[in-house]
Amino acid sequence: MSTMTVADLKHPLEEHLRVDRLPHIWCPGCGLGMILGALLRAVDKAGLDVDKTALVSGIGCTGRAAGYVKMDSFHVTHGRPLPFATGLKIARPEMKVIVFSGDGDLAAIGGNHLIHAARRNVDMTVVCVNNFIYGMTGGQLGPTTPTTAQTTTSRQGNTEHPFNLPYLAGACGAVYVARWTAAHVRQMERAFLEAIKKKGFSFVEIISPCPTYYGRMNEQATGLEQMRYYRYHSKVQHGADLADIDIKSDGQIIVGKFVDIEKPYLPMPPGADDGR
Amino acid sequence: MNRMTKQHDFSGEFFYSGDEACAAGAIAAGCRFFAGYPITPATEIAETMSERLPEVGGTYMQMEDEIASMAAVLGASWGGVKAMTATSGPGFSLMMENIGLGAMLETPCVVVNMQRAGPSTGLPTLTGQGDMMQAKWGSHGIYSIIALSPASPQELFDLTIQAFNLSEKYRVPVLVMSEEAIGHMYEKVIVPKESDIKLFPRRRPQVPPAEYLPYRPDGDLVPPMAVAGEGYRFHVTGLTHDERGYPVMTAEAQHKLARRLVDKIEQNQQDITLLEETDTENADVVVCSYGISARVASIAVTQAKAQGIKVGMLRLITVWPFPAEKIHRLAQSVRAFVVPEINQGQISLEVERAAGSKAKTILVPHMGGSVHNPAVILEAIKQAVK
Repeated sequence: MSTMTVADLKHPLEEHLRVDRLPHIWCPGCGLGMILGALLRAVDKAGLDVDKTALVSGIGCTGRAAGYVKMDSFHVTHGRPLPFATGLKIARPEMKVIVFSGDGDLAAIGGNHLIHAARRNVDMTVVCVNNFIYGMTGGQLGPTTPTTAQTTTSRQGNTEHPFNLPYLAGACGAVYVARWTAAHVRQMERAFLEAIKKKGFSFVEIISPCPTYYGRMNEQATGLEQMRYYRYHSKVQHGADLADIDIKSDGQIIVGKFVDIEKPYLPMPPGADDGR
Repeated sequence: MNRMTKQHDFSGEFFYSGDEACAAGAIAAGCRFFAGYPITPATEIAETMSERLPEVGGTYMQMEDEIASMAAVLGASWGGVKAMTATSGPGFSLMMENIGLGAMLETPCVVVNMQRAGPSTGLPTLTGQGDMMQAKWGSHGIYSIIALSPASPQELFDLTIQAFNLSEKYRVPVLVMSEEAIGHMYEKVIVPKESDIKLFPRRRPQVPPAEYLPYRPDGDLVPPMAVAGEGYRFHVTGLTHDERGYPVMTAEAQHKLARRLVDKIEQNQQDITLLEETDTENADVVVCSYGISARVASIAVTQAKAQGIKVGMLRLITVWPFPAEKIHRLAQSVRAFVVPEINQGQISLEVERAAGSKAKTILVPHMGGSVHNPAVILEAIKQAVK
């Protein structure tokens, strides 16, 4: 009788992971593992040729994802995955290019690139993992930190207004915009699948727990507490008015699919005559 | 897709500005992607590329800034397409971040800097040579770079091709450090037949994907390069990495990598360096210059010779890596080097360092906005032999 040991078990996503790089660096309670798992399942379900799929990340906790996936993967400079991915996509139009990065990377230092990549409607999928804070550097205020939230650089509470990222992406021209939280595993997987299949600039924001920094400083000391918060404070509202879905520190999180339209995109398909 | 190799015959004699010649050189070199941002005095390169690239199946992209331009150039190069950008001082400063990434990921690409007078916005329409040290040291950390300095529109054409060849051969961003004065100068430019232009093809991995290590170098310290989408499923990172391309946060890994990034350029210096040497044998004084300043200096050299001064000329075509050994050898026989440049002394510091105590180094500075008056250079030559 043969006995199955742990060593014999194969992770269902092993084919897509650089198992020689595990364990990863992400903290217990972090949402990144779940989010990357959902993305890779969506890659599978979309039937993408992994040889022709690239993942580009910037700097930060989320940026480390590029190092764990077994595809052509680029861990580039802080804030620059979008223009890097733009050059790659133009050079290799047959490839599926996915950008997987954090809110600080994409919306602060890379904010200018975000609005212009969306405006150009470059054919790529962007996953923006939003944990409301700079995790890699130890918990500083970011462009998405809710007003009044505490961070190591806003001990008295954040006095700034955060970005409403879906509103920003939609206003700049993204053809697919959705928001889910790490507590919505199936929904986010479906959103990734739709975003991957979409032609043009698709943008999915995932609200994700950072118990080590954001949670600890804002009365949600564990990943579980943060996940509970998402579960009880999220409201699914597909097609919600983007202007109304900003996130407040103790308020509701509106999730769902907000934009799903068709529009000419870059790079132009060969022989395209779409009236541009 | 065959954009990397597809060539077209554009041969003939043309009356080109330096900027146009540069674009023509890029097209001839097989460049099929240009990402840029308008900036005087390099805008005409972008305009020419936007017109010519679609004719050869390439793409011009106008980015939101020079940071994005440089990032897109790197992305395109990893997609297997020869890529370049062109800018001037303010944009060159913004590109430094991703020039460093290019050096770290060992990404072939070409960056043209049509220098103008600075700092900051400076004199956008007027010439300068103030970015020569920035070319070498501008991005943080330890790496080596290649920089070429053309002295005519023809050379801008030729050296842009050479820049692409060196970038492919050594997997490094190559900088074409020109100036407004050359970029906006119109002269005859001969574009050779396609068959007469030698191109260095990217060295591709000779092993199957399972055995491929993205940063295992060949004998000349340069690793073969896979491109995206061909099944190699490689990972590259701006973090210090090992031969697998995986991040390794140790002093040992840093030593091994940074050492090789420097050595692959410095140890191949002989292959990289281009110099133009005139009458340096038996010379009492050698004028060492580059770009537009070398052209102006040649007038002073002719005048000095007419006055019976034994003066030679060393024109640096390759500025980085710096030909220190050449200077050192000349220093054994000459009394002084005269170094005119349109800055407050940058390359002159390298000349001084290489010459040591064997020969004097006399800087002829100029703050920019125009070229030197040859009389000032002549005076420095006369002082040198006094």
